[in-house]
Amino acid sequence: MNMSAAVPITVSASAPPPPAAQGTPREKITVRNLDFFYGTSRALKSISVPLYANRATAFIGPSGCGKSTLLRILNRMYDLYPNQRAAGEVTLDGQDILSPSQDLNLLRARVGMVFQKPTPFPMTIYENIAFGVRLYEKLGKGELDARVESALRRSALWDEVKDKLHASGLSLSGGQQQRLCIARTVAVQPEVILLDEPCSALDPISTAKIEELIDELRDDYTIVIVTHNMQQAARVSDYTAFMYLGELIEFGETPAMFTTPRDKRTQDYITGRFG
Amino acid sequence: MTDQHTAKAFDSDLQELGRLVAEMGGLAEKEIADSVDALARRDTDLAQRVAALDATIDSLQRQIEDKAVLTITRRQPMAVDLREIVAALRLANDLERIGDLAKNIAKRVIALNADFPPPALIRGVEHMTELVLAQLTAALDSFARRDVGKAMEVWRNDAEIDAVCTSVFRELLTYMMEDPRNISFCIHLLFCAKNIERMGDHATNIAETVHYMIEGRPIMDQRPKGDMTAAFSAPRRTA
Repeated sequence: MNMSAAVPITVSASAPPPPAAQGTPREKITVRNLDFFYGTSRALKSISVPLYANRATAFIGPSGCGKSTLLRILNRMYDLYPNQRAAGEVTLDGQDILSPSQDLNLLRARVGMVFQKPTPFPMTIYENIAFGVRLYEKLGKGELDARVESALRRSALWDEVKDKLHASGLSLSGGQQQRLCIARTVAVQPEVILLDEPCSALDPISTAKIEELIDELRDDYTIVIVTHNMQQAARVSDYTAFMYLGELIEFGETPAMFTTPRDKRTQDYITGRFG
Repeated sequence: MTDQHTAKAFDSDLQELGRLVAEMGGLAEKEIADSVDALARRDTDLAQRVAALDATIDSLQRQIEDKAVLTITRRQPMAVDLREIVAALRLANDLERIGDLAKNIAKRVIALNADFPPPALIRGVEHMTELVLAQLTAALDSFARRDVGKAMEVWRNDAEIDAVCTSVFRELLTYMMEDPRNISFCIHLLFCAKNIERMGDHATNIAETVHYMIEGRPIMDQRPKGDMTAAFSAPRRTA
């Protein structure tokens, strides 16, 4: 029997590769020997992982394995809290972002983040998006309007809200609120988008819309997503990293990670055999 | 997999699939042995029973497909679990084909009626059948025990069956040339031999599937082939 029929399952995704898939992808962010401490407890243990431009990288692993911690380092969110400390190297386009001289506002404009729970500001839909843009750019009314519209279009929300841009952001459904948060992130034109469990509070339709969105955003941004939903990681990402107890156990192309993982711990986790 | 899933029901789903495949395999083995027995003993009653048994095999294949689809829907299996389910589907397919080939032999026994070939000619076919049954049993064993070494052994052993098949072909051809009245039953026997040779191919398919299930990649080597039946049309003259 010709077994080549089985090959596509293991070596290439059924979906067509993203436009920039030809050739080796460029490393947008490089994490090297990264440790992280909450007080004296070591939450990350010597993590090294590349995050490629125009690719989606998914981080999976059981609760408490350090996925969200790692994400919070990529835009120095941890700086908001005392007693939290990172050691090692994280570079964005070759520049060390852990350096004390790093401009944090600029970094967070380049590395946007979407959280697990939708967090719209208590203001209008329009203002939710315009607010962040005004912090970084001085735009005329017409330009700002255009920026808001394009952000809402990019996040597949425009058709649903175009007639009520001045209604409160809080009046939207959960799925719409999450897309509003993505629009808010996209509006400041970041280079990297971090998504921390963006669909865990959403119904399947909203989830599908966000996944579709991630697929499109990948053309222009570097996407990093943390998810507990293994099928979601398999669907939306090009690369997957499996973390366990603060360590990076395995990193590889997503199709191979979910069909033929090399490490037994990865296999046990993705097949639901964990202790 | 010795380790259990957190969801125990998933384990019992997979075990049930394995059990259905084993049951189907057992029936396919019986169908092969009985069909050739019917041929050797000129037992048309047995041949009728073989033909009837095939419906049970077909229904088992449907059960395996239903169970596999339901398990995929419910559990969204990954990695080795997914390969295990895909393997069960493939095995069911190969076993169903084996059943059809055995049924075809049984039908030929019924069609031959009283016009039976001399036992000496059937011996070659019987020998082939022994080899194929041993291959199929080993292949099914390698599936049940997740034994990739055994699967590779099956995969390499098919050449012997092919070689015996070639010699049976040559023998039958000689017989037909001796006396045109032999042609009718020789043709039937020829098809029986070819059917058995194909069953051997399905056994190697099963071995390939088991390798894929365990290793997550197909066998990369070239399989040794011994079937030369397409290479000649008449026995060579020894002038």
